[in-house]
Amino acid sequence: MTSVREWIDSGRHAVSERWHNGPRWMRWAVIAAVIVFFYALPNREFYQWLGPIPTTGSNFGQVLFTISIYVLLAVGLNIVVGFAGLLDLGYFGFFAVGAYTVAVFTSPSSDLKTLWPWLLALPLAIVLTMISGVMLGTPTLRLRGDYLAIVTLGFAEMIRVAATSSAFLKGQRGFNQIPHPPGSYSDGKPIFGVLDPRPYYWLVLTLIILVVIGVRNLNRSRVGRAWISIREDEDAAQLMGVPTFKFKLWAFASGAAIGGLAGALFAGKQNFVSSQNLELLNSIIILAAVILGGSGNIVGAIVGGGLVAYLIERFRGIEFFGIELYEYRFMLFGVVLVVMMIFRPQGLIPNRRRAAEFKDRRKEVIVGG
Amino acid sequence: MTTLLEIEDVSLLYGRIKALHGISLTVDEGEIVALIGANGAGKSTTMRAVSGIRPVAGGKIWFNGEDITKLRADLRVRRGLCQAPEGRGIFPGMTVLENLDIGAYTRRDRAGVARDLARVLELFPRLAERRKQAGGTLSGGEQQMLAVGRALMSQPKLLLLDEPSMGLAPMLIQQIFSIITEINEQGTTILLVEQNAQQALARAHRAYVLETGRIVKEGTGADLLHDPSVKEAYLGVA
Repeated sequence: MTSVREWIDSGRHAVSERWHNGPRWMRWAVIAAVIVFFYALPNREFYQWLGPIPTTGSNFGQVLFTISIYVLLAVGLNIVVGFAGLLDLGYFGFFAVGAYTVAVFTSPSSDLKTLWPWLLALPLAIVLTMISGVMLGTPTLRLRGDYLAIVTLGFAEMIRVAATSSAFLKGQRGFNQIPHPPGSYSDGKPIFGVLDPRPYYWLVLTLIILVVIGVRNLNRSRVGRAWISIREDEDAAQLMGVPTFKFKLWAFASGAAIGGLAGALFAGKQNFVSSQNLELLNSIIILAAVILGGSGNIVGAIVGGGLVAYLIERFRGIEFFGIELYEYRFMLFGVVLVVMMIFRPQGLIPNRRRAAEFKDRRKEVIVGG
Repeated sequence: MTTLLEIEDVSLLYGRIKALHGISLTVDEGEIVALIGANGAGKSTTMRAVSGIRPVAGGKIWFNGEDITKLRADLRVRRGLCQAPEGRGIFPGMTVLENLDIGAYTRRDRAGVARDLARVLELFPRLAERRKQAGGTLSGGEQQMLAVGRALMSQPKLLLLDEPSMGLAPMLIQQIFSIITEINEQGTTILLVEQNAQQALARAHRAYVLETGRIVKEGTGADLLHDPSVKEAYLGVA
């Protein structure tokens, strides 16, 4: 067992060393290849050569869209949990705010009857989600650890209950005919239609790339250093003159904005938003994805979000001794998480600093932040 | 000599328990002032009130002529008041240099920061050797040096040191105290909390003795060092 782990570890070290010491162009080439691969992935001409990787039980393009939404959410939650170390159990609430904002302003079934186009509602969705993040954060970010987790959990539940029971938000009947994003091909057919999920996937993929570039720059700035100091020791950070509350709010608001973006994209693709989209489980899955991938590492969050969403879908349609695996997907997922927490609590692709933090407080309880 | 810090009748609560019962003390510019007392006497709590990590329940704190009683902790750092926290408070995942860099978080003058970095690395050659090492992997003594060095990076007028000798070997204690004296001679005023009363009183210009949240004695370091009741209670001499 140990020897296998050592072997894996040494292999990983070699790869990471090569990566960090290799020439710049090599890194860019690898990144470019990965991006091209993911743009090509939803095309049947391409993925039919990939053996068992494409899902069998459902449309692969559709699955890729779902995965890309999870990846976007994981990248957003990683700011909150990974960078600033704030345990947020209600992140999906921001997704809901984004999706519902689009629904309320664009859908013909909304009481507002504004019937805005999707593109007009998008920035409003992001701004409103950010505001909701600030509103939730202002009273709660003075709390720490477990308290914050419980309050954020309550926030997501509040949104769900409001969506279920308020007449304005339509409950389970929901909002239909939410418009798609704009754009048409040269022959007049819309790019973002009902039948082909691929353009949506490409849109989200493009936005993920932009968001990652932005988040990476933010994390390397003064803001990023402030987040790390807060995560590692909030009192010490304050004693060094870091305005901790302001930066925690910043992390919350930027994470929320990304969650709102994901929600707006989802609403534009799905056409339909109702309270059934808002299960608590979603918040937990995204949090688990971030921790699984490597909290505090952007690549880790992407891998975590992608892997979790993919595996859940991959189980669909697979029978194992007459048992439908999909039914047991969350149990399997739970087992994987427990095993990870025992053998690799810092995640698949850990943050260099976080690895040291884990060493430093190995005896303390390990929760997201 | 001008008064840099003045604490007037400050009380502080932990929940319903009163930890400080109206403490008053002053620190003049250029001094080393020590707070000594047993465990739980309120030394670290006094520090927390001064640095702003805990809100006070009553009384006033003046720094450099300004009432800072209600000022946020991070803004106090900008005014020139910086604390090396108890238990060192090193950022474990950051390297020594990154830790020092956060110490200069409030400053924009790059040239001045570079100068102070050179000064800190000169004061603590050990930190210079380990500059790329993660803070969490340093020994206790090295972490203490880093905590003091990091606080110096904010260019404080008043440096608050909470138990700088805690958990250190006797030789390191000597070393840390001589560095404290050196920092003071270079012009930084120091307020020091110590359990090691012997060293603290020997180095301090003035000192206060705390007992259960009250100041029970004050005087010059030398006076208290020879005070019979202090000797008995804190210096382990009958």
